[in-house]
Amino acid sequence: MSSTLPTPAPAISPETEEFWAATARGKLLLRRCDDCQTIIWYPRPFCPACGSLKTSWTEASGRGSVYTFTVVHRSGIPGYRDALPYVVAYVELAEGPRVLTNIVDCEPDQVRVGMPVRVVFHDTGEGNALFRFRPDEDA
Amino acid sequence: MSIRGKAFIAGIYEHPLREIPDRSVSQIHAEVAAGALADAGLSFSDVDAYFCDGSAGFGPLSNADYMGLRLKHVDSTETGGSSYVVHVGHAAEAIAAGKCHVALVTLAGRPRTAAMGGGGRGFGTPTPDATFEGLWGMSGAVTGYALAATRHMHEFGTTSEQLAEVKVAASLHAQHNPNAFLREPMTVEEVLDSPMICSPLHRGDCCVVTDGGGAVVVVSPEVARDLNRTSAKVLGHGEAIKHADNGRLDLTYTGAVVSGPIAFEEAGVSHADIDYVSIYDSFTITVIETLEDLGFCEKGKGGQFVLGGTLVAPDGRLPFNTDGGGLCNNHPANRGGMTKVIEAVRQLRGEAHPAVQVPNCTIALAHGTGGSIGSRMGSSTLILGTEDA
Repeated sequence: MSSTLPTPAPAISPETEEFWAATARGKLLLRRCDDCQTIIWYPRPFCPACGSLKTSWTEASGRGSVYTFTVVHRSGIPGYRDALPYVVAYVELAEGPRVLTNIVDCEPDQVRVGMPVRVVFHDTGEGNALFRFRPDEDA
Repeated sequence: MSIRGKAFIAGIYEHPLREIPDRSVSQIHAEVAAGALADAGLSFSDVDAYFCDGSAGFGPLSNADYMGLRLKHVDSTETGGSSYVVHVGHAAEAIAAGKCHVALVTLAGRPRTAAMGGGGRGFGTPTPDATFEGLWGMSGAVTGYALAATRHMHEFGTTSEQLAEVKVAASLHAQHNPNAFLREPMTVEEVLDSPMICSPLHRGDCCVVTDGGGAVVVVSPEVARDLNRTSAKVLGHGEAIKHADNGRLDLTYTGAVVSGPIAFEEAGVSHADIDYVSIYDSFTITVIETLEDLGFCEKGKGGQFVLGGTLVAPDGRLPFNTDGGGLCNNHPANRGGMTKVIEAVRQLRGEAHPAVQVPNCTIALAHGTGGSIGSRMGSSTLILGTEDA
């Protein structure tokens, strides 16, 4: 469950500094192409749809649905191995991209493909937070 | 330019061991190289081209140095477990272009007895994709394949029982292979009763983790003609990278949708011509999706296709992985492409185990998958024939 999942800090590059800084303020940023308006994921200052180098940040709605998931029953990863079973998922954001994440605040056997979810942030203690998703009761 | 008929696989060797605690990876490369060259009736001094992945030291530099190779051509294309299928294709291209005559391809690794990357990635790797995928508890390669399996089940109604049929077929073959890591035949029930690793994949849906390696020798038609050993003719080859597509990834298909048609067209054969297939089997879902993507059945029907012993040699409609595959026999270095090529050549030579030898095997297909079908992968399809095919 969410309270026991570890919160490893991300490796931050110059291209993702602003993204991770925003997570501390509870904001999920997406990179968008200035030329073709395509939403880019993972965040990079380059548009893989049209090749443009002109991109900027936009704030995501934080809403989406479960594209697919797995309940992990065996893991050797420090922290995670103490939190079994836990859910790894791709969540399809309302803006389009499918992002790797965890589903939290929900029994693993209650997770379903297509389930509406919204973003939550778990503090890493290093000035940023991990984006995870929980069931969206309002959807 | 087509490579059809312009190169032959003259030598193959699969390391007989599955646990090798007392040898270096370089030594295993040398052992499998010696084995494949001896099988072909060639020696190290005949080799003028070398192919390996990027995992051994400084890749081809370290290995060429260790083995004392004198080379005119080298290629260390790294597409994970599909690399060696790519290497055979590239070796055939280089031979067809006159760049070399005897190309050695080797694979070695010790994931069972020495620490090495097992498909998972640690935290803190600075490449952006690793950062955005490495924080959520992906527990090795199996997690990504489980994500694909869940989606395939959701869209097409594929079941755990259907996935288990793939393992059952592999296990029926492995019982005849004295070197196989797992030799006990399994039932569907036993697969479903094995521990859940990442739902919906059980331990029985997963390949083995083994030390070892393998090698093949690809030669020009002139060299093949002078050898006493029966060769397999390279008929066609295709390769592809399917990536995460700017976050719009679709986990229900693999790069085989691109590599397969290229290989079939170059080979000039149809699905009905294929007598035997080596299908990359890191996990059971890998096989289901690949069979669909190569066109052996409709998209989404792979689960139904494998029911009723379709994949079981020698009498199934499409005998596969008669060595026991990665699911039961061997998945050396966590990379299964090499053994896929080797068993296809055994079938074309008529040298598979008699219990699983496909009668009159004339055309065979070997397919490799590398990386993860849960994010980004290399796919490579190779079509081989008998010498006179």
